[in-house]
Amino acid sequence: MDWVDLVVIPIIKGALILFILLTATAYLTLFERKLIARFQVRLGPNRAGPFGLLQPLADAVKLFFKEEVVPGHVNKPVYLLAPMMAMVPAIALFAVVPLGPDLSLFGRRIPLHMGGDVNVALLYVLAIASVGTYGVMLAGWASNNNYSLLGAMRTSAQMISYELPMAIIVASLLLVTGTMSVVEIVEQPRPLWAWLWLWLGFPLYFITMLAESNRAPFDFPETENELIAGYQTEYGGFKFAVFYISEYLHMLTSSAVAVTLFFGGWRGPFVDQFPLLGPVYLALKTVAILFLYVWVRASIPRLRYDQLMSFGWKYLLPWSLLYLAVTAVLVVALS
Amino acid sequence: MPYGYVWLLIMLGLAAGVAMMMMFLPLLLGPRNPVPTKYEPYESGMKPFMLPRRRFPVHYYLVAILFVVFDIEILFLYPWAVILRDLRWFGLVEMGVFLGIVLVGFVYAWRKGALEWIR
Repeated sequence: MDWVDLVVIPIIKGALILFILLTATAYLTLFERKLIARFQVRLGPNRAGPFGLLQPLADAVKLFFKEEVVPGHVNKPVYLLAPMMAMVPAIALFAVVPLGPDLSLFGRRIPLHMGGDVNVALLYVLAIASVGTYGVMLAGWASNNNYSLLGAMRTSAQMISYELPMAIIVASLLLVTGTMSVVEIVEQPRPLWAWLWLWLGFPLYFITMLAESNRAPFDFPETENELIAGYQTEYGGFKFAVFYISEYLHMLTSSAVAVTLFFGGWRGPFVDQFPLLGPVYLALKTVAILFLYVWVRASIPRLRYDQLMSFGWKYLLPWSLLYLAVTAVLVVALS
Repeated sequence: MPYGYVWLLIMLGLAAGVAMMMMFLPLLLGPRNPVPTKYEPYESGMKPFMLPRRRFPVHYYLVAILFVVFDIEILFLYPWAVILRDLRWFGLVEMGVFLGIVLVGFVYAWRKGALEWIR
């Protein structure tokens, strides 16, 4: 390993991933607005550019030229740190998602991921994903506003409650795969029963994904009718946008991770002959999961807070433990 | 391997750089029009009569404690899950006993009403 492999290539890959992620996030907002509009028999944004394709750009430019207000009663350093604490983990999560098979460029073998082959990649996913809770909690505390603090307490309680079933389902997946390296999880062959059994567990995982990325019907940070905007109440201008972007980034990365774990990642027909099809398959599968996100948002009303907590602790947690137990017995009996 | 995680440092650095840029670019581009009311706590137009730094319902604390208990349990699950194929039935029974003990605690917390949000 020389310094080109160690530093230069990761920087190039990281910059590329960042660029693609942020562009994709911008268009994810448009995707969602368009889809929700169609679900509600409206047209959605269609003025900026053809089919509203320039709408994300217009939004970003508008927000960049907003006045930055830091209210006087906030704890300033923490207040400014919080949006970054929400955004950085959402980006860093993507580093272990393998985008395709290894490429050969300029006589070097370049894996299309930054660190997916480390042997604790899956632990990294869980660890980084839970750092996002700090962003919420710090924002709510530093804002020194009743709505913010209530929203932050609720959201962090929700996120840690739903992290448990998520981690247990990931542990069940580990039972089947026997490795924590994301690259191996994608590339290893699985028997048919393992695929079917994992797909059976996917709805459970999807529910925890919805709750972890604070999406409807679990969008408690933004219970407009009770908490104004939850922990984001005191944030305006681009500081608000950073929270907004990190929510969509979280959707995007968690969908990509789910595709990687449950649906074979970049694998698909003819991908061995044409390695560049890998990222295309990954993108298509991710869009399918994102469509589910939007579909759920358009169809299901928000839960009540006590329903949310009792659903997490009294249904999801026991069911995921049961899933784990059955998976363990299946793995021991069948392998 | 000491260099195995350089990519993580690079990725975090890049992500933090972009986040900083997003946070501080509007300071240069945006207008400045300080009005005293802009700097007050947002409370739907009222003067807030209560600051949020006060005592809080104990539910959140209970949830946090339960979370810590289960999170540690899950940490034990991970290494076990990776090598279960080699441990076979022995590993299954061992983890069954461990999970059984944790479940007793869970049932106790449930019966005690720690999971009820409304009392």
